[in-house]
Amino acid sequence: MSLDLPRADELGLIGCHVCGLVCRDTGAEGAHCPRCHSALHRRKQASYSRTLALLLAAFMLYIPANVLPIMRTASVGDIDDNTILSGVIELWVKGSPDLAVIVFTASIVVPMLKFLALGLLLWSSRHATPWARRQRAKLYRLVELIGYWSMLDVFVVALLTALVRFGVLSLVEPLPGVVFFGLTVILTMFASMSFDPRLIWDGRESDD
Amino acid sequence: MTDQQVPSDLPEPVVRKPRINASFVWLIPVLAALVGLSLVINAWMQAGPTITISFQSAEGLDPGKTPVKYKNVVIGRVTAVTLAKDRSHVTAKVSLEKSAEGFATADTRFWVVRPRIGLGGVSGIDTLLSGAFIGADVGESKESRDEFTGLEEPPAVTHGAPGKTFKLHTDDLGSLDIGSPVYYRRIQVGRVVTYQLDKDGKGVSLQIFVDGPNDEFVSKSTRFWNASGVDVSIGADGVKLNTQSLATVLAGGVAFGAPLGPHDETPAEQGAEFRLFGEQATAMAPPDGEPRYIRMRFDQSLRGLKVDAPVEFLGVPFGRVVSINLDFDEKTQTFPVIVGAVVYPQRLGRAHDKLVALAKARGDDAQLSQMMGRLIEHGLRAQARSGNLLTGQLYIALDFVPKAPKVPYDPMVKPLEIPTVPGSFDKLQEQLAEIVDKIQKIPFDSIGQNANATLAELNRTLKKVNDDVLPEFKTTLQGAQQTLGNANNALSADSPLQQNLGGTVQEMQRTVRSLRVLTDYLGAHPDALLRGRRADAPPERNAPPAPTSTQEGSKP
Repeated sequence: MSLDLPRADELGLIGCHVCGLVCRDTGAEGAHCPRCHSALHRRKQASYSRTLALLLAAFMLYIPANVLPIMRTASVGDIDDNTILSGVIELWVKGSPDLAVIVFTASIVVPMLKFLALGLLLWSSRHATPWARRQRAKLYRLVELIGYWSMLDVFVVALLTALVRFGVLSLVEPLPGVVFFGLTVILTMFASMSFDPRLIWDGRESDD
Repeated sequence: MTDQQVPSDLPEPVVRKPRINASFVWLIPVLAALVGLSLVINAWMQAGPTITISFQSAEGLDPGKTPVKYKNVVIGRVTAVTLAKDRSHVTAKVSLEKSAEGFATADTRFWVVRPRIGLGGVSGIDTLLSGAFIGADVGESKESRDEFTGLEEPPAVTHGAPGKTFKLHTDDLGSLDIGSPVYYRRIQVGRVVTYQLDKDGKGVSLQIFVDGPNDEFVSKSTRFWNASGVDVSIGADGVKLNTQSLATVLAGGVAFGAPLGPHDETPAEQGAEFRLFGEQATAMAPPDGEPRYIRMRFDQSLRGLKVDAPVEFLGVPFGRVVSINLDFDEKTQTFPVIVGAVVYPQRLGRAHDKLVALAKARGDDAQLSQMMGRLIEHGLRAQARSGNLLTGQLYIALDFVPKAPKVPYDPMVKPLEIPTVPGSFDKLQEQLAEIVDKIQKIPFDSIGQNANATLAELNRTLKKVNDDVLPEFKTTLQGAQQTLGNANNALSADSPLQQNLGGTVQEMQRTVRSLRVLTDYLGAHPDALLRGRRADAPPERNAPPAPTSTQEGSKP
């Protein structure tokens, strides 16, 4: 089925993201909605470079997030520093494979998936390829959805730090790694927010 | 295609100046890169040298966790523990911190701090909970090195501690060990650092460390002695018990003190060498001087004489017995005992000095053998005496025996041999032996046999008595019993015999009465004997029955 409908862009129109008012696209810099005064842009401003920059920053921070220990568990006389991966391994070895799978998914799989997905989206939209547009749109929605869930590790550390405070008997402390991990998650969320899914459909010849 | 569908009355957007340049977003990855880079640089800056330490066992070593500490400050961490190829030891890889670069030098020592519970005390208790760690002690060497052999025991002295090291020589280690305390006036002032056998194997060298500022109490004339444990010695002097402190009873220790009397009080230098005496008394005694070996030959048994028994010269401790051997004399077919002893002539003090002076004045050399020769001429003899009657311990006494028989003496004989005389106790023994001999001569055997035969005879006789005589005796007794019964019957009040007897007695009474009348009459009339009774006797009241009774009584 061929739906060769014109784009708002092609019609010289611009829609407000907040109140939905459709304005004429004058092509001027710094256009604002005359009704709600929120910024108007044809496509998200510098969507591509922003997403790329944020994604790169997130990826850079993801390395120390994985290398540095995120949590210190100190029980009587035994101090244990764990990175994300060593925590997963420890959970697996000590008989909680289900928890290990959850933590692994939330802390390793999801961020990596986001990097790959966003990287793919960026790359494909840069080249304006008509390849699998719908699937890419779905992928973007998926990335948006799972973005909320990758903070699991940070929450675990925050909760444990607050709850496990038994002095010498048992103590959980956050370590720098968790900050980097939190920053990674936040930056990937920003990256996926700043990506404009409309870029997927730009430069098409047909709406397949 | 564009203008046909778009309504023309659409509002125009308001234009404002953009506040932030969009390209500022690139600051974020730059910042992230900077942070990452700073982390890398930081890690690189902090990474010190990596060293390997080999240990006998990896007990308590946990890769990634076990820290290396110096003065309880973490200076590194064990990153890996591997087994050596020949499985004889383990190798711990330690990454030191940048600030601990100076620890990778040749004379740094590493050891594992674990909880240690020994006789000397308890250490490393905190590691019970926190886990073991590797202790480090750095020396002064500048030569860098990255392979170390870990100590199995913590070193007793850390480098740079104020104090001095001294070297002690002794015959045996006793109950000392590394870390054994060193006491001065019963205050612990140091400890034993190391010990090893001398190269010739004839002694033990100990290194002790005395902490400052107490190290200045070790002077050049200080005496060291082994204060290990409880010294119970049962010798000829009786039972001795000596301890320094309760801790030394368990773990052993070294004590030192200044000798009595005037002495050199200059503090000893680092590494000065001393002799470690077995006990305080010998340590405090004046120096013994050169030991001399003497030999004595005893013809009697020396039961109770032991190696280390004292040798006394006129009651002064002079030396000690070092060997007791049995010899065989072909001529007399006896087994003399050869006793070897070490004596210290200097222990005789002024006597020794004077003897030496005399010998010199006479032109003899001052050898012990020469001096002894003169003394032996004057009757010096060795004698095994009983030092303790209870335990029977013997000691050797060198004494002047007044009427000692002359013995040939050759001062050239080596070793010096001192003639002996039997001890007083031996004489007593001889006398006892004589008595025993005499007792032995009594023919106990034949006496016994005779006694045996006699007893057998007696036995037989008694049997006979039992068999033959006793039944007879029984019947005799029965007869006697019968007789007695008869006698009893005869004597009973109603028996005829009794009645007869009563009658007889009455008759006798009557007879006696008439006799009395007769005597009365005769007293009054003595002439009646010649003339007979007067017919005209005056009537008397009692007269009439009197004559009849007289007559009747006189008749029978």
